[in-house]
Amino acid sequence: MGFLELSPFETEALRLSLWVSVWAVAGSLPPGIFLAWLLARKRFLGKFILDGLVHLPLVLPPVVMGYILLVLLGRKGVLGAWLYDVFGITFAFNWKGAAVASAVMAFPLLVRAVRLSVEGVDQGLEAAARTLGASPARVFFTITLPLTLPGVLTGTVLAFARSLSEFGATITFVSNIPGETRTLPLALYTLTQVPGGEEGAFRLCVISVILAMTALIASELLSRRLASKIRG
Amino acid sequence: MVDASFVSQGSRVTALFGRSGAGKTSIINMVAGLVRPDEGRIVLNDKTYFDSQRGVDISTEKRRFGYIFQDGRLFPHLSIESNLIYGMRLAPPSERYLKFDQVVELLGITHLLDRRPSKLSGGEKQRVAIGRALLTSPDLLLMDEPLASLDGARRAELMPFIARLSREVLIPILYVSHSFDEILNLADTVVILDGGKVAGSGSVEEITGRYDLETLTGRVETGAVLCLEVKHHDVASALTFLGFPGGLLRVPLLEIPVGSIVRVHIHGRDVAIALEKPPRTTILNVFPARIEQIQESDGSTNIVNLDIGFPIVARITSYARAELGLMPNQRVFALIKKASVSLANLNGKCAIADL
Repeated sequence: MGFLELSPFETEALRLSLWVSVWAVAGSLPPGIFLAWLLARKRFLGKFILDGLVHLPLVLPPVVMGYILLVLLGRKGVLGAWLYDVFGITFAFNWKGAAVASAVMAFPLLVRAVRLSVEGVDQGLEAAARTLGASPARVFFTITLPLTLPGVLTGTVLAFARSLSEFGATITFVSNIPGETRTLPLALYTLTQVPGGEEGAFRLCVISVILAMTALIASELLSRRLASKIRG
Repeated sequence: MVDASFVSQGSRVTALFGRSGAGKTSIINMVAGLVRPDEGRIVLNDKTYFDSQRGVDISTEKRRFGYIFQDGRLFPHLSIESNLIYGMRLAPPSERYLKFDQVVELLGITHLLDRRPSKLSGGEKQRVAIGRALLTSPDLLLMDEPLASLDGARRAELMPFIARLSREVLIPILYVSHSFDEILNLADTVVILDGGKVAGSGSVEEITGRYDLETLTGRVETGAVLCLEVKHHDVASALTFLGFPGGLLRVPLLEIPVGSIVRVHIHGRDVAIALEKPPRTTILNVFPARIEQIQESDGSTNIVNLDIGFPIVARITSYARAELGLMPNQRVFALIKKASVSLANLNGKCAIADL
């Protein structure tokens, strides 16, 4: 039991990781669903640029992404300075910044999964709803969204798992501050750099794998249940 | 590319008829507001729904047109009952002239209410689709080949529903079909579309007298369609007698009151010609006739227009015509093997009323 017991260092990292990821995903959902719907249903000038921007975090090195966030949202950043002066909001060296870093890196996965699901919704059904008197907004909330739910669920869990594993962007943007930004991956890294940290590192590794596997299995099961419920 | 224009007046069911790709679905989608015409006008009962010149374009959800799609399009994530009330809930209570129980009963779907769409048969789904559209208390019903995706038995089951619908629920219907049989049984006015343009329009009786129909439908549909009055019934011999100037047409017993007007279709291939009255024959309807004109249909067939008191059409082989030496103005006998009575209720109206 002694081996499996987590030290306060590790418990803190786990708690922080979960907290940061939950907020990262919650904050990503509204814009993620909206953009997924926009990319799936609408045609407009510059659509491919938007598509590219959404996918950027998927292909850029995480450290580069973290640096971009620093330039934009850091204390002296383009937006960051304004946000601090006007609203008193800061992302520098705190869990909110870690959440932003995780959210940005996980965003493409969320959008892709939801977009795929939206594209699978029969537009004929949406047209039928319009002829029955539903406004486009009502059609979205009563027809499109319910039918997209399996995709939203999959996207959410994928995004959550990705958030938990975010390292490069987090450490570049908000550093490695215990209790504030030292999430699981950062804590694991820290332990590998310190003599005698192997046991702790291993424990964190096991936890990470368990979390990831649970997320994947849960998402698969729930998604299937939901899909069959929708199909009746 | 659709370039069509038609006016339908005083009609219960207006049918859009034509081959696939003729533009029927495009037109009905434009009427529904799902597709926007480049230019034109859409007017119903003095209300303008679209006018490109005046910049009027009422959105689909505000048009109050019920649309029954070929593929039903029931919402899979909702129960049948939820499907039915989906649109009803969005209509202001004061404008609802149809009640839920009323419609459910009319369509015979009471036992399906708490099921899911995936558990229903094709015919049941279409009935629910009709109910769903009706419950929004629409000003117009649009039906896009509602029977097309059903098999023969389901279609035979559902057609009377639609015929009854047009009689009992006083909403105008715009009905798209490529099936002549459906048109004959359900429609009052027909608009024929060919390649996106209107090839002809008028009452069913007028239109079916025209031979160019054959080229449009690609099928042998030539025949006569007329309105006749029920004179009397003979229950013992299971016959009904329909009156026309020239005699009485015998058809299988109908359950329709004496004095009603019915639409009768006599197909060209069900009419034969004889030079003398056949002495003993199983054919009940034999009438003296005068040949009005003879036309060539294709190399080996002729279409003969006959007048037996009303105009009918006989489809015969060129060989037979030559053998008998048939000529215009000749007096012969017309043998009518079969006359089909349509389900359409004519309500006393008829384009060709010579009674």
